[in-house]
Amino acid sequence: MSKPEVAIVGIGMHPFGRTPERTGQEQGVYAVRKALVDAGVEWKDVQFAFGGSQAAGAPDTMVSKLGLTGLQFINVANGCATGGSAMFSAYNTIASGAYDLGLAVGYDKHERGAFRINTKASGLGDWYGKNGLALTTQFFGMKINRYMEQHDISHNTLAKVSAKAFRNAEHNENAWRRQPIAEEQILESDMLSYPLTKFMFCSPGEGGVALLLARADKAHKYTDTPIYLNAAAVRSRRWGSFEVMAPWIALDDGVGPTVDASKAAFEMAGIGPDDVDLAQLQDTETGAEIMHMAENGFCEHGDQERMIQQGETNIDGRFPVNTDGGCLANGEPVGASGLRQIYENVLQLRGQAGKRQVPNDPQVAYTHVYGAPGISGVTILSR
Amino acid sequence: MGAQVPIEEGIFTWPSDSPRLIGSECAECGAVLFPAQSGCPRCTSDDTKYRELGTRGTLWTWTIQGFPPKAPPFAGDVVNFEPFGVGYVELPGEVKVETRLTTADKDELKIGMEMDLVFVPLYTDDDGNEVMTFAFSPVES
Repeated sequence: MSKPEVAIVGIGMHPFGRTPERTGQEQGVYAVRKALVDAGVEWKDVQFAFGGSQAAGAPDTMVSKLGLTGLQFINVANGCATGGSAMFSAYNTIASGAYDLGLAVGYDKHERGAFRINTKASGLGDWYGKNGLALTTQFFGMKINRYMEQHDISHNTLAKVSAKAFRNAEHNENAWRRQPIAEEQILESDMLSYPLTKFMFCSPGEGGVALLLARADKAHKYTDTPIYLNAAAVRSRRWGSFEVMAPWIALDDGVGPTVDASKAAFEMAGIGPDDVDLAQLQDTETGAEIMHMAENGFCEHGDQERMIQQGETNIDGRFPVNTDGGCLANGEPVGASGLRQIYENVLQLRGQAGKRQVPNDPQVAYTHVYGAPGISGVTILSR
Repeated sequence: MGAQVPIEEGIFTWPSDSPRLIGSECAECGAVLFPAQSGCPRCTSDDTKYRELGTRGTLWTWTIQGFPPKAPPFAGDVVNFEPFGVGYVELPGEVKVETRLTTADKDELKIGMEMDLVFVPLYTDDDGNEVMTFAFSPVES
């Protein structure tokens, strides 16, 4: 393992789901204050911030509530990878030596139902949206439909992934959907985008997460349990990949940005997939979790059928995935979602995950986000 | 009585006895894209030319849109919504095109099946024109 330069010294979260009495920004402020308490620092100690929010306003407006200290505050926007991008930017700012202590924060508050896509902002013509093609859900259905045929993944395995998410979330007080749902009920719920049913999709939602990052060699100043960031990588799509919101795909088969980001992160950390004890993988729907297991290098394509049927990705399994219920049970506030994954991994590595704690003292944890129009962010954390 | 008008100029040839999708071809590396654009994402050249695409291909993957998309941007009927098929059709030697499908019956769709380009009405605009869009339909055997 490479020597880490950056540590996470404080974490804070506003519960995900629906909170009508608080704006998105207020949920972000709530999360920041929690993180400050966790690290034992004050807002005036924070030297810089990167913040992300897609639908709930500019994060740098938070300073009017947190305090006008004059810090460097930069807003980031990167689709579903917004949280991961805030993290990546904060990581580099500390690794570069520019600052010692900074914040990565994300929050959001989306309207109900599937994301409403602004086709112009996505670089697409109006015809695309008029036609009824501007839906992220269609991409997910089409990608897993082909994958199931190519790699023999069953409908029941899709249902098992959802059932696990809701089961894990039952023990997560910050999760949105905490009622276990039976596999049969998941399979029989409304077919939204074949082969994916209503309970196989996550929903746009609300929530906020804040992480305080510090130089690794000064981390013990803030906490007895620093969690080290061994890698943070973001990659965009290359020729031949199959991505969300694409009017065309090249004939040539290529790998997606997840494969590239994952390789880069493992290289940066100086470890391989076998060294990882648990992972939070983008599960905007069940198919995504399944495909991302292989794209991130944790198994061969097609092995997921056996692994999931045998419970290997359960909390007590060989390789736990999405221990906090993932996007499926937490919903997806775009700005906060990637940071939620890191929050969960910090809890797990500190041994503070309570009833959903992964057993046997996990040492290394992995996060992965994916977003439109083809971007992936990966982090590797260790204790 | 309104006319039939295309969903947008430049997406397909219209009016035409045999309308075709309009793509572009990179003058440097030959990469084909749909819809037409300047700039080649494969070789980074900025020299692309007009190209009308083939009308028959194979179904690469598919899904069925089971709920009404948000309108806008969707312009079709959301009140009396009918599920519709969506897929990518691989045009041999050219590109895979994302498209509506003429059937929303999962039992009629199979990856690898042959598909033909067709044109279908999507909605009626404020001037009473029938707005036409492209779709792919299983080849009749």
